[in-house]
Amino acid sequence: MHMADALLSPAVGGTMWVATASTIAFCAKKIQMNLDDRKIPLMGVLGAFIFAAQMINFTIPATGSSGHLGGGMILAILLGPYAAFLTIASVLTVQALFFADGGLLALGCNIFNLGVFPCFIAYPLIYKPIVGNNPTPMKIGIGATLAGIVGLQLGALGVVVETVLSGISELPLSSFLSVMLPIHLAIGLVEGLVTTAVVTFVWKARPEILDISSQAEAAGKFSIKNVLAGLGIAAVITGGALSWFASSSPDGLEWSMFRVSGSEELETPRDGIHHVLASLQEKTSILPDYGFKATETEETASEKPASSWPAVDAGTSTSGLVGGGLTLVLAAFIGMLFKRRKQER
Amino acid sequence: MAKIESAFFDLSYLENLASQSSSVHRLDPRIKVLLSAAFVVCVVSFDKYVISAMLPFGLFLLVVAGIANIPIDFIIKKLIVVSPFAIMVGIFNPLLDQQIIMHLGSVNISGGFVSFFSILLRFSLTVSAMLILIATTGFNSVCMAMVKLGMPKIFAVQLLMLYRYIFVFIDEGMRMFQARTLRSFKKRSMGVKTFSYIIGQMLLRTIDRAQRIHLAMLCRGFDGTIRIRQTIKITAKDVVFLIIGLLILLFMRKYNIPLLLGTVFTGIS
Repeated sequence: MHMADALLSPAVGGTMWVATASTIAFCAKKIQMNLDDRKIPLMGVLGAFIFAAQMINFTIPATGSSGHLGGGMILAILLGPYAAFLTIASVLTVQALFFADGGLLALGCNIFNLGVFPCFIAYPLIYKPIVGNNPTPMKIGIGATLAGIVGLQLGALGVVVETVLSGISELPLSSFLSVMLPIHLAIGLVEGLVTTAVVTFVWKARPEILDISSQAEAAGKFSIKNVLAGLGIAAVITGGALSWFASSSPDGLEWSMFRVSGSEELETPRDGIHHVLASLQEKTSILPDYGFKATETEETASEKPASSWPAVDAGTSTSGLVGGGLTLVLAAFIGMLFKRRKQER
Repeated sequence: MAKIESAFFDLSYLENLASQSSSVHRLDPRIKVLLSAAFVVCVVSFDKYVISAMLPFGLFLLVVAGIANIPIDFIIKKLIVVSPFAIMVGIFNPLLDQQIIMHLGSVNISGGFVSFFSILLRFSLTVSAMLILIATTGFNSVCMAMVKLGMPKIFAVQLLMLYRYIFVFIDEGMRMFQARTLRSFKKRSMGVKTFSYIIGQMLLRTIDRAQRIHLAMLCRGFDGTIRIRQTIKITAKDVVFLIIGLLILLFMRKYNIPLLLGTVFTGIS
């Protein structure tokens, strides 16, 4: 469910970056105010745990699609929203930098979609009220499942809204939504059930650790080793149960995109959104006149029928092609030059 | 297990590349982070039907990668590995946008195809830029640069901690995987049970290590605040490079260089 740079406009990407950066700053402040120094290694280990868990894909029954553990809810329940948000953000940052999941600009969107929704909406508004201070397996089950579903639905909604607002992809809002939301309902359900299994296990092994999330400063003298050992066994269960489902089927997002194309609803993108985008882009772009001009052309494109398309005249496109070709030749030349230099060494 | 192995390969390979020495490597990490950000913003801010104007950005990357001695084939391989996502998202553009905007001889090219290729190009440029950033800078320096640029320190600590654990985790997992492979025959693939034992054992070991590290930190006077050693220093040369780099990026963003070139060569305007 990662956004990619290629689908984002600078306005949308920049806005999400600002939102995410300020959330990180806020969380950092909150954590620094009442830091339990054991939490530093704990956050690191849990990040690595999520990292490994996310490498396992499982098939979602009856869809032929596959997904992986998001882990946002597990972190929120174990660490509390602030520390969990930082941990999720760190996992996503490493994934973006080293595995090219998403991108530099899309990182803001990704952290927001996968971090803010589970940590600051699903956890405090759904999981906490249901589970309360007296968790039972039943309450944990209902709370975690519902929170998992809501968190992922909001995340999917975020992806759709960000993609459509950016206007790079042609996917129309309605059909994109109608495919993304049901699929992520299923993924959310699975995510919720997995979260339930893990959290219930931890609660049975070491019930007190579920308290640290709500009262970080009163973490007291619980044994971190046992907590983490419990998590280790939880990891075994996750690994064992999920790897059984592990499959190479397409990811949920990819699958839903495919469904949209399968239905082939040839709707034109909504002009209203592009209008908003155009004005936004004009305000935020470094080179306003250039960007605005471009958007204008694009708008006329979607408004007018095919015949009156303000086609790029033959001359310009030829020049463009020739110039593009020259650039590529130049690129190949430079590449060869560097290669030769390397061999000479 | 192949996935975890390739993850390890990528991490350590990128880290090895980052430990080289070249004029790009020696630049202040802040400069590189800022330039990468500017690069991505420039590329992403192009209109969706733009292809040719983006090509000079590829040239720019090629030059940087060449100077920094980053193998292009590694980056291309990475691009191919992660490309399915961009393809899946972009592939509908040809279906949804069928207005003809270009003629190549007798072949009509629809706007959808143009924007699809534009998406692929954007994707390649942004991903390569990021890989080149990390391959010339290294994760620790990127974190340090981000702290200097205003990222909260505790988040930097978390990133560094996580990064360290990933290496330990994957390294240990691979050794265990190898040990298990040596003790079993080729045909017997790893069952779920074995797999989960290995993963669980691995996590337990990692956790033990985490606790040892925590104790070691306490022994060395850890008081809850982590002090990150600041070794980076910005020089006049770095600033000059930043300004030149930004000017080049802005120039490439503002003017469609291939189009200008083509106009000069074909004489058609």
